[in-house]
Amino acid sequence: MIVIVDYGMGNLRSVEKGFERFGFDVKVTDNPNEVKNADKLVLPGVGAFRDAMDGLRQRELLRPIADYIQSGKPFLGICLGLQLLFSKGYEDGEHEGLGIIPGKVVRFKFSENGTKEKLKIPHMGWNQISFRKEDNPILKNVPCNAYMYFVHSYYVCPEDKGVVATETDYGVRFTSMVWHKNIFATQFHPEKSQQYGLTILKNFGNL
Amino acid sequence: MAQIIPLLGGVRGGFLGRKISVNISRITDLPTPKSPPKRGLSNSTMLAKRIIPCLDVKDGRVVKGTNFLNLKDAGDPVEIAALYDKEGADELTFLDITASHENRDIILDVVKKTAEQVFMPLTVGGGIRNIDDIRRLLNAGADKVSINTAAVKDPEFVTKASRRFGSQCIVVAIDAKRVKGNVANTKWEVYTHGGRTPTGLDAVTWAKEVEAKGAGEILLTSMDCDGTKNGFDIELNRTISEAVTIPIIASGGAGKLEHFFDVFTKGKADAALAASIFHYREISIQEVKEYLIKKGINMRINK
Repeated sequence: MIVIVDYGMGNLRSVEKGFERFGFDVKVTDNPNEVKNADKLVLPGVGAFRDAMDGLRQRELLRPIADYIQSGKPFLGICLGLQLLFSKGYEDGEHEGLGIIPGKVVRFKFSENGTKEKLKIPHMGWNQISFRKEDNPILKNVPCNAYMYFVHSYYVCPEDKGVVATETDYGVRFTSMVWHKNIFATQFHPEKSQQYGLTILKNFGNL
Repeated sequence: MAQIIPLLGGVRGGFLGRKISVNISRITDLPTPKSPPKRGLSNSTMLAKRIIPCLDVKDGRVVKGTNFLNLKDAGDPVEIAALYDKEGADELTFLDITASHENRDIILDVVKKTAEQVFMPLTVGGGIRNIDDIRRLLNAGADKVSINTAAVKDPEFVTKASRRFGSQCIVVAIDAKRVKGNVANTKWEVYTHGGRTPTGLDAVTWAKEVEAKGAGEILLTSMDCDGTKNGFDIELNRTISEAVTIPIIASGGAGKLEHFFDVFTKGKADAALAASIFHYREISIQEVKEYLIKKGINMRINK
């Protein structure tokens, strides 16, 4: 059973339908026990970092998610679900994240870094992912430089570059996916990225 | 506001540092990450410009687009959405033009069914009045909602909506019309109620205001160009695009391939929306994209 964590941050229907399309059993829940005991866990989410941490804490989901990840079972974070894994987020002040991956989450800044043209924020639309690791099981049958759908104003900066699975350029070169052991997490939305996004969901379901 | 979330003592810093305790038996089929490959290291990636077909939906039926070939039901939004998906649309927009209040919930069902089949961003606009309207559309499977009249009536609605759901899903639609007799310094006035009601608001000022209030994107329709097929209002799009830092979707006037090139280059738009030319099969989305790629515009191509 693939469990999708519902903590009040955005529409989970597409993620659910994406897995169901390939015949996987999916459950959307905010029950801490079901989260902890999932076979595969998906943490989606759009919105603000602090609201998301508050949402997880109010539902007593912080510990179950951490315990789940430590169990070694496959974990997929999407968008905010990637950012929350990090130690600190800088959206609207400084906020603690789950701290599972050392590093921070910062905002795109284009006025000061000498980019020729001021780029729009949020980074919204289809951009490419450039692979940084070989044999990534959830990128099986996805070509390097495939287009994925992004919508975000903040990006993750892992301290250990060894966790970077793909990178994407938008004024800066940022980490668009991390992979560390059982942890997979994407800045883009596989559930909104048509065929190759669905391939990622399928690969994850098949792990 | 800034509160510190209590630490998760046992987990924090654990995975990449010292406290890794992984149940190997559960992940034996997962390969261990290897160091970066040589390939791909130097290639840079680029954000593509977006092509967005818009479907006018009334009482759950698409009102344009009866010229579709090979469709079982030409008025079925779900089937047309799937066709646009196949053709390489980057997003979809539904404009709900249902007049009667009692039929307004039908769009929720349309959104639900579409979201089950089409895995790309879906925006819904038309008749959104309050937070609950937004919540229901997002829960049905919409990714963004576009607000027009309700935002002008109460600009704080934009603030409330973006705080509640995140800026990324709040699109403010601006219908703008050139103010006559101002040749040296072109101005545009904002209209509401589907272009029927002038507001006295200056479009540039309004665009900046909705950005400040938390809009994530602007859907900018030129009322002068809409329906003419003579091209987008380049000046309008460029002016607004340079005035704000959020993305602009240009709308109104698409008739030829060249129009898309112009609005992405001279008009500085981030996305272009069109209804009729796609509905009536005058130009396909694929044609637009292939043309723009040849002209050096970055586009996502469906393989």
